[in-house]
Amino acid sequence: MSVERLVVVGASLAGLRAVEAARRAGYDGELVLVGDEVHAPYDRPPLSKAFLDPDGERGAGRVMELRTAEALRDELRVDLRLGTRATGLDTAAREVLLGDERVPYDALVIATGSVPRWLPGTDPGGPDGPLEGVTQLRTVDDARRVRDALEAGQRIVVVGAGFIGSEVASAARKRGLPVTVVEALDVPLTRSVGAEVGVACVGLHRAAGTDLRLGVGVAGLDEETPDGRRRVRAVRLTDGTTLPADLVVLGIGVRPATDWLEGSGVALHDGDRGVLVDATMATNVPGVWAAGDVAHVENPLFDGEQHRLEHWTNAADHGAAAARHALDPAAAEPVVTVPYFWSDWYGHRLQFVGTPRAEEARVVVDDLATGGGLVVLYRREDRVVGAFVVDLPRVVMKLRRRVLDRGPWEEAVAFATDAGTPASR
Amino acid sequence: MRIVADLGTCEGLGMCEAMAPDFFEVGEDGVVEVLDAEPGEEHRTDLTAAVDACPVLALALQG
Repeated sequence: MSVERLVVVGASLAGLRAVEAARRAGYDGELVLVGDEVHAPYDRPPLSKAFLDPDGERGAGRVMELRTAEALRDELRVDLRLGTRATGLDTAAREVLLGDERVPYDALVIATGSVPRWLPGTDPGGPDGPLEGVTQLRTVDDARRVRDALEAGQRIVVVGAGFIGSEVASAARKRGLPVTVVEALDVPLTRSVGAEVGVACVGLHRAAGTDLRLGVGVAGLDEETPDGRRRVRAVRLTDGTTLPADLVVLGIGVRPATDWLEGSGVALHDGDRGVLVDATMATNVPGVWAAGDVAHVENPLFDGEQHRLEHWTNAADHGAAAARHALDPAAAEPVVTVPYFWSDWYGHRLQFVGTPRAEEARVVVDDLATGGGLVVLYRREDRVVGAFVVDLPRVVMKLRRRVLDRGPWEEAVAFATDAGTPASR
Repeated sequence: MRIVADLGTCEGLGMCEAMAPDFFEVGEDGVVEVLDAEPGEEHRTDLTAAVDACPVLALALQG
């Protein structure tokens, strides 16, 4: 069946790249892009990095629009539905439900991304309503809230020592503000980068003067209601400590935004309810594809194992591929991805390529303490499958190439050791 | 065709090098170096992929 109407649900990076790729592929039919935020697509990674910087620094307080609404409408001829949430999917009738409206599709790309998790009692959509002073950092509106608090010098407690939480802590320390990070794990980031790197990350926090509390959970939030509205006052920890707070930033992970797909027939992951797709981005339902944070994708590079990645490059690549495949399923090919993300902490650049799911993680360069860099390589059998690098930007893409080529382990170790030692730089 | 790199915007994230290593390389200073600013037309597909892959939109192709 030829596609005359392609509908893309989700108007962030993956959705944007989907509509761009559709037009670039020569698709001339109807193109609908639905997004629940009122903003045109914008770049999220800087929101927890440069956006939080003090005025006058590059990128401070600045939102980078990826494309304007006008450009989407006029140049890409997109029927743009911003501020509109998909509420359901009727795969039998091939219709996306937007409240009472039904939008028919021939092909559909699901790119609804993920939503941050809330602590109990803090979800603005919950029975108690919003708790002021508690925020996520996902959207531009969230980022403004955090930036305003930093500007005002407020007391900030970060819950979760993952990448978002650590970037917020870094922004606070950059301004000389005290900040406390509460992490339930004894070693943070073990799932995303492994324990070896988690330990190194703890060192970065401590060296920067962040008060990092490991192995302790949040028992509850103390609140006050000065003007009838609930407002946070302090964070109570499971070890009995109480931390006064003006702003609590939650960085405790995300879940795929798939509530609207429940019962639709699109197969979802048993655990986190992400959309299950094969290596071509196809779901189990004909005509329905998925990409970005929302999707568990089979990756041929890593023995077909499934990854659900919350990475910029993954959303960009897979969004484009999903649209191309949706328009021409017969030509759909497996997409090989080397996962890649980066983070900026306390003036350090952290980069990760590949997968941390490995038989061995070996620290091959360990010069952080002396102002140098760090390289950790990940091994499966006799090949290199991943690399974590701090402050050695020159070597990262060369290691990525070796991961993509299923390069031999010993050669990768030798390369990184040589490239990362001060004598060779 | 000419590669234009905005070095004031570049953060050295390296996706251009991943897509087209013959034309881009991140240097020691964490900023991209364009190895050949006027490539032949036959490289347009790779270079377009490199431009699109830049997370900070620091690259453009002219002509």
